[in-house]
This record gives sequence, C-alpha cells and structure tokens, in this order.
Amino acid sequence: MKALSDQAEAQRDQDFESETDLVSALKAGDPRAAEFLVRRHAPWMLAVARRITQDKALAEDCVQDALINALRKIEGFEARSSLKSWLHRIVVNQALLRLRTRKRQNEEPIDELLPAFDENACRIEQPWQRLATPDEILERKDLRELVLSKIDQLPESYRIILLLRDIQEMTTQEVAEALELTELNVRVRLHRARSALKKLLEPVLKGEL
Amino acid sequence: MQRSLPSRILRWMRGMMLRYMPGMITCREFEDFILAYLEGDLTQRQRSIFELHLKVCRDCRDYLAAYRRTLELSKRVFDDETEDLPEDVPEDLVKAVLDARRA
Repeated sequence: MKALSDQAEAQRDQDFESETDLVSALKAGDPRAAEFLVRRHAPWMLAVARRITQDKALAEDCVQDALINALRKIEGFEARSSLKSWLHRIVVNQALLRLRTRKRQNEEPIDELLPAFDENACRIEQPWQRLATPDEILERKDLRELVLSKIDQLPESYRIILLLRDIQEMTTQEVAEALELTELNVRVRLHRARSALKKLLEPVLKGEL
Repeated sequence: MQRSLPSRILRWMRGMMLRYMPGMITCREFEDFILAYLEGDLTQRQRSIFELHLKVCRDCRDYLAAYRRTLELSKRVFDDETEDLPEDVPEDLVKAVLDARRA
C-alpha cells in the first residue's frame, strides 16, 4: 500500500516535521499524520522490540499493537515527555507483555558466569595483560556479531534488565515498574548481568580472537 | 585453578589484611559496592574505602576495568546496530495500524 505520491509524501513529511504540529494533527484524527507517525517511528520501534523479544515476527506484532494503542491514546498525550519517549514506553511494555505470555523456556543458571572468590574472600581473576577498545572490537563484523550473540546468551530475566537499563537507558525505577520487581532486585540482577556478560566476552576483550 | 604454596600464602596474607585492617574491605565486599560506585551512590567515606581497595588490589582493578569496558561495548554495539536501521516498514504493518485506527 503506497497511498501517497512522492510529492504528497514530501509535503506530508514537511507538514509534520514539528512534533507539536504532528500531535495536534493526530489528535484531530488526520490520517496523513497517522501514516507519518507509523513510517517515522516504526523502524526504531521494531529494533527495540526485536532486541527484547529476539523474534522478528513477534517484534512486528508488538510494534503493530503499540502503534494502534498509541493512536487510540493520543488524546491523553500531554507532551510532558517527547513523543519518542512516550512511544518507547509503550513498545517496551508491549514487548514485555508478549514475553510474559510466551512459554517460558528453562533458563540456564547464571552462577558459573559470576565472579569467583577464594576462602579468604579474595577475587579469583586471571591477570589481564590487554583490554581491547570498543573501536578495535567493533570494526570487525564477526566480533560485533559475537558480542550481540553473547548478550543473547544471557538468561532472559538478566538479559532484559541489561537491555532496558544499559541499552534503552531506562531508570532503575522505570525498569522495576515495567517488570514488577523491586528496585533492589533490578540492581542486583543488573550487576549480575553485567558481570556474566564480562565473563562471556573475556576472549573478545582480551583480544584473543 | 591450582596455586603454588607461596602464592597461596600470599593470598591468605592479603585476605587477612583486607579483612582485618581498619578502612579495608575484602574483594567480596568490594563486589557488592561496584554498581553503587559506578552510579555515584556511595557516601564519601564508602567511596574512599572502595578506592583504597582498588589501589591495593590488582585483581579488582583488572576486574573493574573489564566490567566497565563490557558496559561500554554493549552500549556501542547497539548504537552501531541502530545506525543500520532499515528505512522501510513492512507495508502490512502500516496497513494494519491504519485500518485499526479507522475501525
């Protein structure tokens, strides 16, 4: 469905470049504004939903539902936050809802990825001779994919918290509310998730690959 | 990991020093403060104790450096991914949203 000509599309994009104009048009029920909203925001929303659900089709369902909800609730949008952060909250909640209803797979325990200590409470850590920089690592496509796959390898309840706190940059309080956990629980899991990921990424960080 | 006797004795001495010297914490206690330290949530006194441990413990120094680098790397890998966002949205998704709006 490509309802608009290129010229009409360019005009539409120009009309709604300002967020205030876009929101007013959405509240007035302008169908061009609705299409602009979908085309402008769906790509990053798909990326967010895909990261959380790890499933392309499920991510599309989440974004579809999130945008339908957003258009229905646009009257209540009060511009206290940007439209993007409002949509972000809606899509994250939608993705978390989908995850909750999806059959939970048995999680691998995280314990063996956590830091180890000896009987004197001293840390057991192999000495680090070298620590590669993100630039060095990410310039190689294979390593970039490896880093992403290691994040995916974290048990789901830890991976989600790492994604929401560190990648989506939500606050501890927001994550706690979204996941119905205490803030303390979120902090404990976040630290464990980071520690476990550090362990999984050791060969990459040491420049051994 | 099997350690030699001198190494085990040294670790024992270090463990005793960290556990019993005033103003010191063990590596295990240090671990519990990492998140609060990175988020600036420690009091000045807690922060001084944490940083003193960092000065005397190479294992925790190495660990914290790698932990921070992990954090940096995981943020960066997703930033790079976001730059590669597809321009096109699946047309059936656009249609479904607009149809639902009209319904």
